[in-house]
Amino acid sequence: MPLLEVQDLTVEYHTDEGRFRAVEDLSFSLEPKKTLGIVGESGCGKTTAMLALLRLLPEMGRIVGGQVLFDSVDLLRLSTAEIARYRWSRISIIFQGAMNALNPVRSVGSQIAEAILLHEVVPPNEAKQEVFRLLDLVGITEQRASQYPHQYSGGMRQRAMIAMALACHPQVVIADEPSTALDVMIQAQIMDLLQKIQKELGLSIIVVTHDLGLVAELCDDVLVMYGGRMAEVGSTEDIYNHAQHPYTRRLLEAFPDIENPRAELASIPGYPPPLNNLPPGCRFQPRCLVAQDICSLKTPPTLSVGSGHRVGCVRAAEMESRSA
Amino acid sequence: MQRLDYFIRKAAFSILTALGVLIFNFLLFRIIPGDPVSMIVSPRMRPETRERIRHQYGLDKPIWFDSGAVRETGSLLAGFDSQFFLYFRNLAQGNLGESFRQHRPVAELMGNRLGPTVVLILVGELTGIILGIILGLLAAWKRKTAIDTVATTIGLAAWALPPFWFGILLLILARGKLPMGGFITPGAIYSNPFEQLQDMASHVILPATTLAVLLFGSYMLIVRNSSLEVMAEDYILTAKAKGLSSARILRDHVLKNASLPLVTIIAMDLGIALAGTIQIETIFSWPGLGRLMFDSIAQRDYPVLQGVFLLLAVGVIGANFLADLTYVALDPRVKA
Amino acid sequence: MTALLAPVSMEKGLTLRAFLRKGGGVLGLVMLSFIVSIAVFAPWIAPYDPYEIVEATTSDVLAPPSAAHLLGQDDTGKDVLSSVIYGARISLIVGFSAALIVVVVGTIVGMVSGYAGGWVDMVLMRITDAILVVPTLPLMLVIITVAGRGITNIILVIGFLSWTYAARVVRSQVLSVKERQFVMRARAIGVGHLRIMTVHILPQVIPVIFAEGILDISYAILSEATLSFLGLGDPTLISWGSILNRAFLRGAVTRGAWWFLIPPGLALAWVTLSLNFIGNALQELINPRLQTHHLFDERKIVVMNGFLGGAAAAAPTPQPLASDMGEGR
Repeated sequence: MPLLEVQDLTVEYHTDEGRFRAVEDLSFSLEPKKTLGIVGESGCGKTTAMLALLRLLPEMGRIVGGQVLFDSVDLLRLSTAEIARYRWSRISIIFQGAMNALNPVRSVGSQIAEAILLHEVVPPNEAKQEVFRLLDLVGITEQRASQYPHQYSGGMRQRAMIAMALACHPQVVIADEPSTALDVMIQAQIMDLLQKIQKELGLSIIVVTHDLGLVAELCDDVLVMYGGRMAEVGSTEDIYNHAQHPYTRRLLEAFPDIENPRAELASIPGYPPPLNNLPPGCRFQPRCLVAQDICSLKTPPTLSVGSGHRVGCVRAAEMESRSA
Repeated sequence: MQRLDYFIRKAAFSILTALGVLIFNFLLFRIIPGDPVSMIVSPRMRPETRERIRHQYGLDKPIWFDSGAVRETGSLLAGFDSQFFLYFRNLAQGNLGESFRQHRPVAELMGNRLGPTVVLILVGELTGIILGIILGLLAAWKRKTAIDTVATTIGLAAWALPPFWFGILLLILARGKLPMGGFITPGAIYSNPFEQLQDMASHVILPATTLAVLLFGSYMLIVRNSSLEVMAEDYILTAKAKGLSSARILRDHVLKNASLPLVTIIAMDLGIALAGTIQIETIFSWPGLGRLMFDSIAQRDYPVLQGVFLLLAVGVIGANFLADLTYVALDPRVKA
Repeated sequence: MTALLAPVSMEKGLTLRAFLRKGGGVLGLVMLSFIVSIAVFAPWIAPYDPYEIVEATTSDVLAPPSAAHLLGQDDTGKDVLSSVIYGARISLIVGFSAALIVVVVGTIVGMVSGYAGGWVDMVLMRITDAILVVPTLPLMLVIITVAGRGITNIILVIGFLSWTYAARVVRSQVLSVKERQFVMRARAIGVGHLRIMTVHILPQVIPVIFAEGILDISYAILSEATLSFLGLGDPTLISWGSILNRAFLRGAVTRGAWWFLIPPGLALAWVTLSLNFIGNALQELINPRLQTHHLFDERKIVVMNGFLGGAAAAAPTPQPLASDMGEGR
């Protein structure tokens, strides 16, 4: 029984300069205690989709279709007061770029405590102890709780955000680019931390990233997005070893191979499509090497090529599986 | 260390500016065409008074430095027996001259008037600040709705109303319902302190309202603008993601952050508040320093005019210094 | 994240068309034109000449509005309406002249300070701050008392005490322009300082100083009115402030002579309000505020049929949606 099931999610932005369709017919599910990685280039709609799950879109965002079933409750149909109860206590989110995600004039500890006190009925003292415990979990000492965000280093702030995301014992944690903008050493730290937390607390995690290496290490399943649509979804093993979508295959090729360090890095010529001028038919068609005529006319179907492995490409069934 | 540095810089600036004002005041009333002496001593004073003041201020002595006295006595210190240095010596002793009209020391007259002015400014500022914060937050929150347009227009309009006219307007409207002026009802006897408080309140309400209206416009605009910026920040989205309601976010995250720039504006607008106070006290016959200044102009009572000017100027300089310190104390980012 | 909130539609810069889109600005302009016309055409509009001596009877003193005197008569029997109309001339003349001084001095100081930097900047800014800190009205009162009442003195005093804020505004603009590409390039080629200031930087400063100047006119008009009200106006000229000064001192309040008290102040408020509207609209054009923030009404986000946000479904996109392709699951 999936914990979270998203069906045909479609999100647009309505601005003075036109309507942008950022996410279209996105469907995926998340099982308890599993990690799902969502990969794609910048602007492919990953962050928008995540914000839409909790209805945290900015003012010009519009959710125009779909369902977000959490424990069989459609989050998109709840009232504002109802969804506020789900936020953080059931699903929490760690935003991209934690630089300004904490209020600079309040102590870090008070902001974590705020989350706890909002969703659970505990005396302030207990909340304080809980804050210390959470900070300890992510490797931040007690004394730091009363400090301000600007007194933390970048990596520490990210860890504090993680601690805060866990404050109400959520079932799902969404991590949006958790290690971008941090240096490599810290990245590794954060990744280890996420893994440790997942094992210890039995959470489900969704990691949004463009870093394929991270996904390979951390995730059970992978969803590849392109131009706002799903390109391919499946287990990590399936995606890395039996990718069917032309885009996925190109992506994997662009990734350096440790067994063949001298091989030329393949890049994908061209640019991702502008969201207000989407190509008709398949979004990837202009850059696809194996495109056919029909690809520029009709949206590709979603075909199942294995257990839990789906591909949004007309040629999915034809592709021979190749070794990575 | 950075804070100490900041403190010293601001203190030095304040002291130097205050000194500049004192020197300016000296120059203005001595080095003007015509008879500068007539600015300090009036023919209407009694001869003994005139003599005393001439002596205290050295009005027959050189302005800057008495080189004649140095030659005579052979002592350098004697040279400091000039108008300039005597002026500072008198200031240090609290001697600001004697009023032409009232034949009493200026310092004494000002002392009596200080209280009412402080009361008026405090009540007016507090009201203006509270109104400004509430309306500013509201306008920013309900941006692009009618509430915002109305509130902003009221704010702009309030800024445009000359306080002396607005006060007159209030007087006309409140004729018969509220006292027309003064601090308290003259000759009133109260049966308990509460009654006295009530009487004072009924007198302060119109003047303080006029002052509050003058100030709240600019306060509201700054709070609105800074709230708009704050509400677009990432940490507000975090708060929303945590499940906090808009009202709670406004109270717990926006209010403090958006109000910080207000401290600076309050300090900057002190001059405006003071200008308003002078006009308001005049119209409402409020027995404060502003009224004293107005009367002294009308009566050509120059010592009093100088004295009030000095007190007000130094007061504002000091208040600005305090505001700078307050800002630093409130914003944790300026620490360490 | 905040990139999602960036202003998407921004008519960049100060163009007439952009200005006309701002309702407040247009209203202010209309209001201002009205008053300026009154001032210009005063001799033709005013029913009487307020500078003429009038022989009045007791019934004329503080007489309420009548057919012959639409706004009643003042304490010497003169027509209030004519005084108010002629008063516009003085208030506007002082306002514009003083503001001119403010703009010129402020721009020069601000540009020199911002461009030169270093200790020149520091000294100039300390002086500016010192003048800013000292309360303006008491200072003006003291200076005018010593220097004498007269319209030139008033214009000079207001002008030379009010340039400080404008200087600061210009200076910040210069500081930000100084670092821009085209200035750096000009310096690299060896263009002289003066030329850079006048040809490259000044054009960027003008919109800012123009917007600031409008508000300074408003401030100068109010300052003159206040000085006149407090008894330090030019005794030979009629301005709105001086009318109110007389009204107040001759007991118009206790007599309830509202026709003497309200119109001059109303006229003042009208002018200042119009200038504030224009100035505010200009400020918004130069510094557009972010168009949105996070605390809007959430319900508008979800627009599917029959649910919270709206009844209308989204407009169809250019491509057919999943109509003929089988969705295999």
